[in-house]
Amino acid sequence: MKAVTINQISKTYTVQKEKTIALDGVSFDADLGEIFGIIGPDGAGKSSLFRILTTLLLPDSGTANVMGYDVIKDYKNIRKKVGYMPGKFSLYQDLSVEENLEFFATIFNVKIKDNYQMIAPIYKQIEPFKDRKAGALSGGMKQKLALSCALIHKPDVLFLDEPTTGVDPVSRKEFWDMLSELKQHGLSIIVSTPYMDEANRCDRIALIQEGKFLSINQPNKIIKEFKRNLYSLESLNNRIALKALKEKNEIHSCHPFGEKLHITLKENQEIQFFENLLIQNKIEYQHLEKIEPGIEDCFMELMLSKQ
Amino acid sequence: MRFSLIWQEKQLEQEINMKQFLVFIKKEWLHIWRDKRTLFILFGMPITQIILFGFALSNEVKNSKIAILNPSKDALSAQITEKINASRYFDLVKEIKTNSEIDLVLKSGEVNSVLVFPHNFEKDFNHNGFNKVQFIADASEPNTATTLKNYMSNILLDFQKTKNPNSVNPLQIKTEIRMLYNPQLKGAYNFVPGVMAMILLLVCTMMTSISIVKEKELGTMEVMLVSPLKPFMVIVAKAVPYFFLSMVNVVSILLLSVYTLELPIKGSLVLLMLESMLFTITALSLGLLISTITGSQQVAMLISLVGMFLPTLMFSGFMFPIENMPLPLRTISNIVPAKWYFIIVKNVMLKGLGISGVLKETLILIGMTVFLLILSVKKYKIRLA
Repeated sequence: MKAVTINQISKTYTVQKEKTIALDGVSFDADLGEIFGIIGPDGAGKSSLFRILTTLLLPDSGTANVMGYDVIKDYKNIRKKVGYMPGKFSLYQDLSVEENLEFFATIFNVKIKDNYQMIAPIYKQIEPFKDRKAGALSGGMKQKLALSCALIHKPDVLFLDEPTTGVDPVSRKEFWDMLSELKQHGLSIIVSTPYMDEANRCDRIALIQEGKFLSINQPNKIIKEFKRNLYSLESLNNRIALKALKEKNEIHSCHPFGEKLHITLKENQEIQFFENLLIQNKIEYQHLEKIEPGIEDCFMELMLSKQ
Repeated sequence: MRFSLIWQEKQLEQEINMKQFLVFIKKEWLHIWRDKRTLFILFGMPITQIILFGFALSNEVKNSKIAILNPSKDALSAQITEKINASRYFDLVKEIKTNSEIDLVLKSGEVNSVLVFPHNFEKDFNHNGFNKVQFIADASEPNTATTLKNYMSNILLDFQKTKNPNSVNPLQIKTEIRMLYNPQLKGAYNFVPGVMAMILLLVCTMMTSISIVKEKELGTMEVMLVSPLKPFMVIVAKAVPYFFLSMVNVVSILLLSVYTLELPIKGSLVLLMLESMLFTITALSLGLLISTITGSQQVAMLISLVGMFLPTLMFSGFMFPIENMPLPLRTISNIVPAKWYFIIVKNVMLKGLGISGVLKETLILIGMTVFLLILSVKKYKIRLA
């Protein structure tokens, strides 16, 4: 059995007679005990996919199974077996940390102490504040509480919709460490994120863009599929360099990455060729090197090739 | 063996449901309890309304200022003057000497009415067997003037009777008017049932709908839906705390009206409470229905106010008599639950009728409640959107 199986799922919203395609025939499987990441920018359809899998939305077409149960017919069984943490903080702000946990434990018919071991590594960090109202917690603590509440009934599959959005880098790293730890309990985790750098923490990832999957694979395999030579350029003026390079026929792609530009060439030439090209076009730069691609480079490349 | 196992399982499930139900009610109670401002409004509103309607906004006239012009200055007119002054409706503030002063005191607003005795009042009275007095009232407030006129006639009639109990005029038709159930024509008799209907509607319909929609807005509904909680249980658990709050309100309204407004509860108190519970459930199911069809707290509040409060005010018979409305409006008034509750409360509380006297209205309310409940459970979304 797979933790999640979806086949050709489509979902369209109609807002004021205007149709928006959220999901356009996506399919994937997630194995038991796997951390499966769904990675893509805002508005790519991640939340819609999560809501279909957690039986909150009906797909227009296609089938989806969670732990062998159909999301439409067997929604009641799915609701007993999964843990769900929506993108927006969705606990009761006027209840204390402990009251929130107690409430979710009871509606899932478990006792906190029975499953305490499972949530202990996470909950211990917020336990000193257990009498504080959830609304008064910091972003990272809210997220830990939400995770504790989603985990308290020992779900088979955990759905985390953008759990690290709006969380500081340190807490983000901590959060992924917690997920790796949870994996040891045999939990299957489906997690979405807009941060490409988090992809490596997943066993497998699906890159999603405008309701379509660009690629589904292990992160390192996706990177291996990146066949071009990738150059990182530190120019004196990125804006001018970007504009100049985009007009060149020899350039395949050029994207700003923080302070730098990541560039691929059409004819996959060596660095010497690129250096000459820069000099010919009088593009001033401080540093140029050939680099290994990251997931974001792959995403950009896949996006470009789909177009 | 098998049966006992199934039975045990069933019992276990019931136990679980009960536990979930209780924890949900506890959570709901905490929401209400911690929102002190709303709590204050919930309990403050009925008390303020009763006090407002009871003492400030009443159409009774008390201690109206009156001036007397009495050129006779005899014993009889003095007796009448004293009687007027002693009544709670009039307060003698001035004795004037001349006719020209009448206009002056009325215009200045010093008094609302003037009673004018003729010259030789007692003498003529004894001589002719009757006499006239003139009552001049400031009718810029027509209702007050009419009321004052009625008070004055009553006082004079009364006086006449005590003065001359055996006088029988053979050729006289006397109308004896009895104001049944509300002999003093107190405003409280009308507005206490009205306020009860309004408060129950506001607390139950508005607060319930808002509290459910709030969960949708905050996203907690999303989390709650992805749980084994039964939707119907969520709805009922949401309604329970408001049901009890409403009962507290009913009791406090009744206590206030009995002890401060001196309103009698002629019928059975148990029946009155049962009917109030029924109406509370009607209002709650309305609130549930509103919450299932709206997505934001503002919309829920707006629908509750415009869709419930105004019709209740206009069509329950509390502010405007339904009998005087044109047929289409009278027909519309039939679908306003408050109208039936209003009738029930009046019949039970003021007329002292039993269940047989309000059977029709009770059945109508039960019908409405069942209809609304079925509709809202059917409309309750087990998914988002």
